[in-house]
Amino acid sequence: MAETRNLLRGETGDWEVVIGMEVHAQVTSNSKLFSGAPATYGAGPNENVSLVDAAMPGMLPVINAYCVEQAVRTGLGLNAKINLWSRFDRKNYFYPDLPQGYQISQYEFPIVGEGTIEVELDAERTIEVGIERLHLEQDAGKSIHDLAPRESYVDLNRSGVALMEIVSKPHMRSAEEASAYFSKLRTILRYLGTCDGNMDQGSMRADVNVSVCRAGNYAKFLESGDFSHLGTRTETKNVNSIRFVRQVVDYEARRQIQVLEAGGSIDQETRLFDVKSGETRTMRSKEDAHDYRYFPDPDLLPLTITQEAVDNIRAELPELPDAKKHRFVGVYGLSAYDASVLVMDKDKADYFERVAGGRDGKLASSWVTTELFGLLNKTNTNILESPVTADQLGALIDLIQDQTISGKIAKQVFELMLTEDAGKDPKDIVEARGLKQVTDTGALEAAADKIIAENPEQVAKVKDKPKALGWFVGQVMKETGGKANPQAVNAILKQKLGLE
Amino acid sequence: MTDLTAKTITELRSGLSAKEFSAEEVTKAYLQSAEDASELNAYVRLTPEHAVEQAKVSDRRIADGSARPLEGIPLGIKDLFCTKGIETNAASKILKDFRPVYESTVTSNLLRDGAVFLGKLNLDEFAMGSSNETSAYGPVINPWRRAGEDTKLSPGGSSGGSSTAVAAHLCAAATATDTGGSIRQPAALTATVGIKPTYGRCSRWGIVAFASSLDQAGPIARDVRDSAIMLTSMAGHDPEDSTSIERPVPDYEKALEGGVKGMKIGIPKEYRLDGMPSEIDELWQKGAKLLEEQGAEIVEVSLPLTKYALPVYYIVAPAEASSNLARYDGVKYGLRVHDDDIHEMYRKTRAEGFGREVQRRLMIGTYVLSAGYYDAYYLRAQKVRKKIANEMASVFQDVDLLLTPSSPSAAFGLGEKSTDPVEMYLNDVFTVTANLAGTPGISLPAGLDGQGLPLGLQLLAPAFGEEQMLRGAYALEEAIGFDAQPSKWWK
Amino acid sequence: MSLDDATVKKVANLARIAIRDEDVPHLKEELNGILGWIEQLQEVDIEGVEAMTSVVETDIPMRTDITADGPTGGGQPENIVANAPKTEDHFFVVPKVVE
Ligand SMILES: [Mg+2]
Ligand SMILES: [Zn+2]
Repeated sequence: MAETRNLLRGETGDWEVVIGMEVHAQVTSNSKLFSGAPATYGAGPNENVSLVDAAMPGMLPVINAYCVEQAVRTGLGLNAKINLWSRFDRKNYFYPDLPQGYQISQYEFPIVGEGTIEVELDAERTIEVGIERLHLEQDAGKSIHDLAPRESYVDLNRSGVALMEIVSKPHMRSAEEASAYFSKLRTILRYLGTCDGNMDQGSMRADVNVSVCRAGNYAKFLESGDFSHLGTRTETKNVNSIRFVRQVVDYEARRQIQVLEAGGSIDQETRLFDVKSGETRTMRSKEDAHDYRYFPDPDLLPLTITQEAVDNIRAELPELPDAKKHRFVGVYGLSAYDASVLVMDKDKADYFERVAGGRDGKLASSWVTTELFGLLNKTNTNILESPVTADQLGALIDLIQDQTISGKIAKQVFELMLTEDAGKDPKDIVEARGLKQVTDTGALEAAADKIIAENPEQVAKVKDKPKALGWFVGQVMKETGGKANPQAVNAILKQKLGLE
Repeated sequence: MTDLTAKTITELRSGLSAKEFSAEEVTKAYLQSAEDASELNAYVRLTPEHAVEQAKVSDRRIADGSARPLEGIPLGIKDLFCTKGIETNAASKILKDFRPVYESTVTSNLLRDGAVFLGKLNLDEFAMGSSNETSAYGPVINPWRRAGEDTKLSPGGSSGGSSTAVAAHLCAAATATDTGGSIRQPAALTATVGIKPTYGRCSRWGIVAFASSLDQAGPIARDVRDSAIMLTSMAGHDPEDSTSIERPVPDYEKALEGGVKGMKIGIPKEYRLDGMPSEIDELWQKGAKLLEEQGAEIVEVSLPLTKYALPVYYIVAPAEASSNLARYDGVKYGLRVHDDDIHEMYRKTRAEGFGREVQRRLMIGTYVLSAGYYDAYYLRAQKVRKKIANEMASVFQDVDLLLTPSSPSAAFGLGEKSTDPVEMYLNDVFTVTANLAGTPGISLPAGLDGQGLPLGLQLLAPAFGEEQMLRGAYALEEAIGFDAQPSKWWK
Repeated sequence: MSLDDATVKKVANLARIAIRDEDVPHLKEELNGILGWIEQLQEVDIEGVEAMTSVVETDIPMRTDITADGPTGGGQPENIVANAPKTEDHFFVVPKVVE
């Protein structure tokens, strides 16, 4: 891991960028972390707020057992250490969307300790990213600034919603790695069912910590664990898409290098990402140096869980993306990269498995990833709402496998399944439209003879340039309306033209 | 008809069930006496219509034989308990006009048992004080006076409204809360009985928080039996309070009989303070002797960490308060002092809304938690606290109860102690250890000093030792036979 | 440890309490009086002592993950803003917050 990679060229020499991330993932639960108010999205102002969440005097928190379970489940999915004893602390600061004047969080003793995940960058490159910790905490409310000129409107619906803050080690070294990590984390959480990963709704947000250092210093940091080898980092808050993560890293790395090369220094500060300009800027509300005055929340007892409870959760974990990927490679003969694309989304992986069952895995994978995903991307459709079901796509692949149709015709049928023939069985479509592959050798030979007879000059050419055979195949296919079996046509032509 | 307000809960209970008088009559008598005593400033708010309505319900239930344990008993409620639809201000300007839409668990329990609420009682602002002088409503006046003087005396604090209301017969009993001694010290200064239960025995839900790890609700009542009756209703497990203990509530009244024969009662020698009035020491010795005469074994014990309890308290309590009171920011309820800048609005609102003592404690609490000081103050204090709790636990391995004075002085004049905060803090020197350790304590009247002012004795018990504590207190009460009353100078 | 003027101001600001310059000297004196008295805790040997985190020695009670009715549940925006100094359409309204 200690190699220098992804060097950035500056005016005065090479730089390395170092990225760590704090991801806030909303726990999938019915109710909030410390109250019985709904944790659902999209309710009217202060509709999902209990007296506890609004910090009415004398209100007290009681922890949601399921949220604790979800944190443990996530910790296990991140191959991390589960702490059987952890504690809630109060993080004190004043802000209108923080009704208590403190956030209940876990500071000194988080429920989940160190772990590690694998992150695929492309067909060849996989990196490992260390997890520092995962802790449970409350989300804050939301201030809306554009409803009145001189006032902000505060809605506490999110106040008290359970979050898992997942803190990575500073193991990412490029915008690509950072965005791949964020994406992989999302995949894992969605597999586990512990966070829905809906970034539009704020279910997953990243605080992106970026610093730059001179080429070679990162290796020193890794060897010694001494952070002084790294540059001063900035933290860009609440980045809520994979693309934005990439933009933040690119922008911050470039900005920091420029500042440093101009003789300036980087402030350890909190920044905001402006979606429109693609730039980050200093947060203006940073009104005093934060002193959060953490201390153990006296309204709660230490959070204790039994090893038995952890083991029970472990026993019921679903197959996770890495395991699934390896199984897809072994069982279906897919390349590691194709497999990793398929497992990125559990629903997509499930769809693929349904298509591939009892069929040629590679063929299924190519149909699912190229045709189907291409279509879904183009129409911005979720796999669960795919207009072609897995069984229908499987039936189409069956027609290719038993040579009823060619791959090319299959694409036509696929088109029809989306349009005029939506909902119909591909077999019936082929039947009704007479798209069945012509395997009758007599008909194919007649067509070949006809083309040879009509084109003597091409025949002369093909004797010297066997590659021109393709032209003959095309002509025969045309003659048969594309329904001829290309392998058969090939063989017949070769034999008739004396190319063997 | 005899004065209904002179009766104890026990007497009211039997009189009501014998239909000698109605709940409505009792309630109206109390409302009248409360109104007549406005000079004492015990109530910040009377709720006569509510009270009479509740009393009528009680009369119906008594009539149809479905009376509940506290049916028709008129109570005063410390204004730290949120009461549904009834303003609750914690004696602070910052909770101006705050009307909770919810009822605290403790007061719900009392309502469940048929109690009648007369109104809300004065207290030190956010329960921070030992004299009731920090209240935004002004101080409460102790019904007791020095012989031959009309100097206004403090009824103690923070439950000074509760102690005064009970002592002056402005309610049959009152709810109170005790964070460092706020039930026991005012009880001692007014010749009433106050119980601080084991931490977790009464729910904190719906009580305006001061210091979460120390706050505990309890009763102030006329005598030990009444306090036991009150506690039985107030106590109980509450799933909405994570620090509430799931443990059945005994009928504490049944625990009173049996005496102290065979009990081992400790006298902690460190509670003998330099400069403490000799009368307090004499009453203390007398109390020990009375218990011994009834068959208890009296032993001297040592609690060497006692002197550190108050300094620990004055780190832990302000620290927790600084966080608990952060919610008073002018956004959701209470006072707002407008400013275009939100943080300026916070600063102005809190400067205007909190009184000086509260501000002082918030600043101390903020400081001891702040970066660079946490370890030296807060963490160290919580470690010393652990040692103190262990020391208490280990002494209770040897003895059943501890007997101590309740407060280091009798009632003092208003303004006499308010200049030096530390001098005021010393009021809680005998009571605060129980809060740090989470153990129960009771204060009961022990006698009068040379000036005719009441003094109290305190019995301390191990966690959930309320029954043995009440048994000891009842025996001591019987033996002392205290029956003095303040002369009714306020009308 | 004793506080200077700047620290008094800093602490007041952290606690969001506006103080006037002329109040700083006596506040400083009072706070230092209290802190000086607290100082005696330094005498206590706390070597190897665990800090008290809770008086209660039971397992933390937990709720089941169902939405509640009443004070601890949602669906009561009127109650939530009932006591607020300024509201609009069930929102709390505060002076403009600049991010
Ligand atoms: Mg962060
Ligand atoms: Zn966080």
